[in-house]
Amino acid sequence: MVPLTVENIKKSFDNVQALRGVNLQVEKGQIYGLIGPDGAGKTTLMRIVVTLLNADEGEIYFLGKPTKNNIGFVRANVGYMPQRFSLYPDLTVEENLRFFGDLFDVPQAVQTKRMEKLYQFSRLGPFKNRRADALSGGMKQKLALSCMLMHEPGVMVLDEPTYGVDPVSRAELWDILKQLASEGKSILVSTAYMDEAELCDQVGLIFKGKILASGKPTDLTQSLKRLIYLITTNNAHQLYLQLQTVFPAQDCNLFGNGVHLIDRKQLGLEQIKKTLLDRQIEFHDIQPIQPDIEDTFLELIHQREVPA
Amino acid sequence: MSEPWAVQVKDLTRKFGDFTAVDHVSFKVKKGEIFGFLGANGAGKTTTIRMLCGLLLPTSGQATVGGFDVYSQPDLIKQNIGYMSQRFSLYEDLTVRENIEFYGGIYGLKRKQIRQKTDELLDYLHLTDRADTLTAQLPLGLKQRMALSTALLHDPEIIFLDEPTSGVDPESRRQFWLLIYELAARGKTIFVTTHFMDEAEYCQRISIMQNGKIIELDEPQKLKTKYQASTMQQVFLKAIGEIAQ
Amino acid sequence: MNRTFKSIVRKEFLHILRDYQTLIIIFIMPIIMLIMFGYAITLEMRHIEVAVVDHARTPQSRQLLSHLQSSDFFVIKAYDPPESQFESLLQKRQVRCIMVIPADFSLSLTGERFTPVQLLIDASDPNAANFIQNYFQKISALFNAENNPQFKFPFEIVPRFLFNPNLKSEYFFVPGLIAIIVLLISALLTSIAIVREKERGTFEQILVSPVHAYQIILGKVIPYIILGFVDSVIILLIGHFWFQVPVHGSILLLLATLILYLLTGLSFGLFVSTITDSQRTAMLIALLMTILPTILLSGFIFPVPSMPVIFQYISQIIPATHFLKIIRGILLKGIGLWELKAPILYLTLLSALMIGLSIKKFKVSLE
Repeated sequence: MVPLTVENIKKSFDNVQALRGVNLQVEKGQIYGLIGPDGAGKTTLMRIVVTLLNADEGEIYFLGKPTKNNIGFVRANVGYMPQRFSLYPDLTVEENLRFFGDLFDVPQAVQTKRMEKLYQFSRLGPFKNRRADALSGGMKQKLALSCMLMHEPGVMVLDEPTYGVDPVSRAELWDILKQLASEGKSILVSTAYMDEAELCDQVGLIFKGKILASGKPTDLTQSLKRLIYLITTNNAHQLYLQLQTVFPAQDCNLFGNGVHLIDRKQLGLEQIKKTLLDRQIEFHDIQPIQPDIEDTFLELIHQREVPA
Repeated sequence: MSEPWAVQVKDLTRKFGDFTAVDHVSFKVKKGEIFGFLGANGAGKTTTIRMLCGLLLPTSGQATVGGFDVYSQPDLIKQNIGYMSQRFSLYEDLTVRENIEFYGGIYGLKRKQIRQKTDELLDYLHLTDRADTLTAQLPLGLKQRMALSTALLHDPEIIFLDEPTSGVDPESRRQFWLLIYELAARGKTIFVTTHFMDEAEYCQRISIMQNGKIIELDEPQKLKTKYQASTMQQVFLKAIGEIAQ
Repeated sequence: MNRTFKSIVRKEFLHILRDYQTLIIIFIMPIIMLIMFGYAITLEMRHIEVAVVDHARTPQSRQLLSHLQSSDFFVIKAYDPPESQFESLLQKRQVRCIMVIPADFSLSLTGERFTPVQLLIDASDPNAANFIQNYFQKISALFNAENNPQFKFPFEIVPRFLFNPNLKSEYFFVPGLIAIIVLLISALLTSIAIVREKERGTFEQILVSPVHAYQIILGKVIPYIILGFVDSVIILLIGHFWFQVPVHGSILLLLATLILYLLTGLSFGLFVSTITDSQRTAMLIALLMTILPTILLSGFIFPVPSMPVIFQYISQIIPATHFLKIIRGILLKGIGLWELKAPILYLTLLSALMIGLSIKKFKVSLE
């Protein structure tokens, strides 16, 4: 049985189509990453999954049961972490955990046991008597995650748990998610950070209410099927502007380390090099690279906006 | 101002009670440079920026911004800087035009100037036909570019950006960075904080802050070589990890 | 006025206009409150239900009953209920009082004997009980005068009510409502408006511009002064033309003192906004600091001299107490500036103090 199946979900708010037919599946022990910018529809979809919102169309199956008429069942068995998760800032770490344990009717003795385990992997143990508002951003997110785990849900829905969190804490959070998945939990997680895609088992790239592509991260990047060249220089901006005079604008993408050029016409390395030299475009080096998720996403966005 | 430095900071310190948020920080930013400021949450980035913008008085140390002293000339600093934070400063219940006019107004631009600047800006952002829609209805990426543009109405020399790109799509992020490059090309100095490590590479130099101190300050490429890392993400994790041990 | 300042004022007006729900409330509220106080919450009573037991059954006793009936105050709900039912009648609130006329009632009128007429009043609401007793005394006096014209008390108190001869409660609550609504707008709304900007984070953006703290504050405050002023004028107009509240004194002085009082309210609102960062807290503090004491302690509803001494002192601190002196003085007594110098001076000093404190605190809170 697939823990979570989303079928053709559509949702509109006042004439704005937030979701235009979304499909996805989260397998047992897997992390499904919903990746896309703010306003793509991630939060709406997650709210529908956890029954906080009703879909206009489509069906969701949670542990085999349609969510529509099993609201109580879903809520009792899902671990949901909303985007700006509201811990109680005036309660301590331990009080927050206890509260969420009580909320799901977990017996005191079990709570104590689970808390020990959660302290271990969140490393929040030393701070258990600290008030939540005195925690750093990363620790808050870990606490929020721990609160959600007090009732040991099999399926977890996490809305941008790494939002606004520094890279170190982000890496830690992802370690925790990996561990949970290895224990058999099914996790649906959203993020706006493209580089987090590699950490997921399955990825859905969502943009403007539609999943543009989905699959394993490596499959997705290989699906681009076009060679990408990294051209480096010390003035990436200048290079970018010059390249645009030679190649179509949507084939040049500015990156931190230089410009990524999509070789749509399959000119080949030598031909491109020659063109650059002919046009007297200055650059240090040009080499073919493996496209990453960001290249893929940009390409998909461009395809949508510039119909071929 | 013939000196080449837009920002000069020496032993800058700020304490809140017993807590030292910024601890003897020193650095210099060249005119026309894109200077990145990285660090974990609570490392002291925002406190540093607030001191440099004249919002907060330092406890000790020296700092000049655009040649003006943060202790004695905060008003002059404010006239010469642009500032944009992660919480976009636009009023959602005002229209695009009203927002632009408001910020033009508080910088004391003349009515004619405001009108001219507003038209220029609307044209630049391709918003002329949406000038009278409420700002709340704009897509995030556009709001963000608009927020930056309004922060630049008074043509400041130095621009502070505090996590300006959180949550926008990769395409909008690129357009935003193009805007930043353009500004730098026009000689403006850009001081930017970010959580996107790949964005750090857009900067000419970056500093990494931890526990109120600057632990690294160099060009991204040199840092990558130093830490034998292929991405800034790795540089960051290694730099912070080394200090922690 | 410089451009910076103008653009802040303009922006604040736009906020107010865009938030049309609040705007509607601001203009509808005084009207609803006027109707409430004018019609629903009247301080007089009408149609009080009574039961009567006539043991006398003489022409005189019937005359007394007809007096009772013909007055607008009473409605006779039950005749001659058995004594055993008295308690339950009162308990079930079927009647508010029971009058028992003794069998020898008529004899007393010829002067042979003094006969008390018994009155049982439900005193669970002491105010109402007082009213009922007073009304009965009025009727009995009338009856006595008709039936016993030669009888004379050694002296009689004939009250003459000055300034409000008909004891109309409108005269009382219209000034009081102005005191409340002006506070509501000036203290509550301004504090929320400032704190909201802090919450949104837009405040920071304004602070990094060369605008001065006083410009921000004044710019945010002026639209609310205008709103509060317009609202007060609406109440005054309705009060004057609908409820016939007189304006005996100078209108100019009235408007000037109104602006002074608005300033006092604003200074409180500013102060509240400097000590909190959330709209919710701002609202609660503003309610606690301004609206509640104004309703309870200013003499708007409960007269100050009848309060315990400590509350009398507290009431002297509350701006509304002084404003009520001013506005009632001008409206009902027609007195002038000289007689009102004390409360006016107090409000002026209080505003200056609060604004000074706020600006000082404001600068600190930005740190």
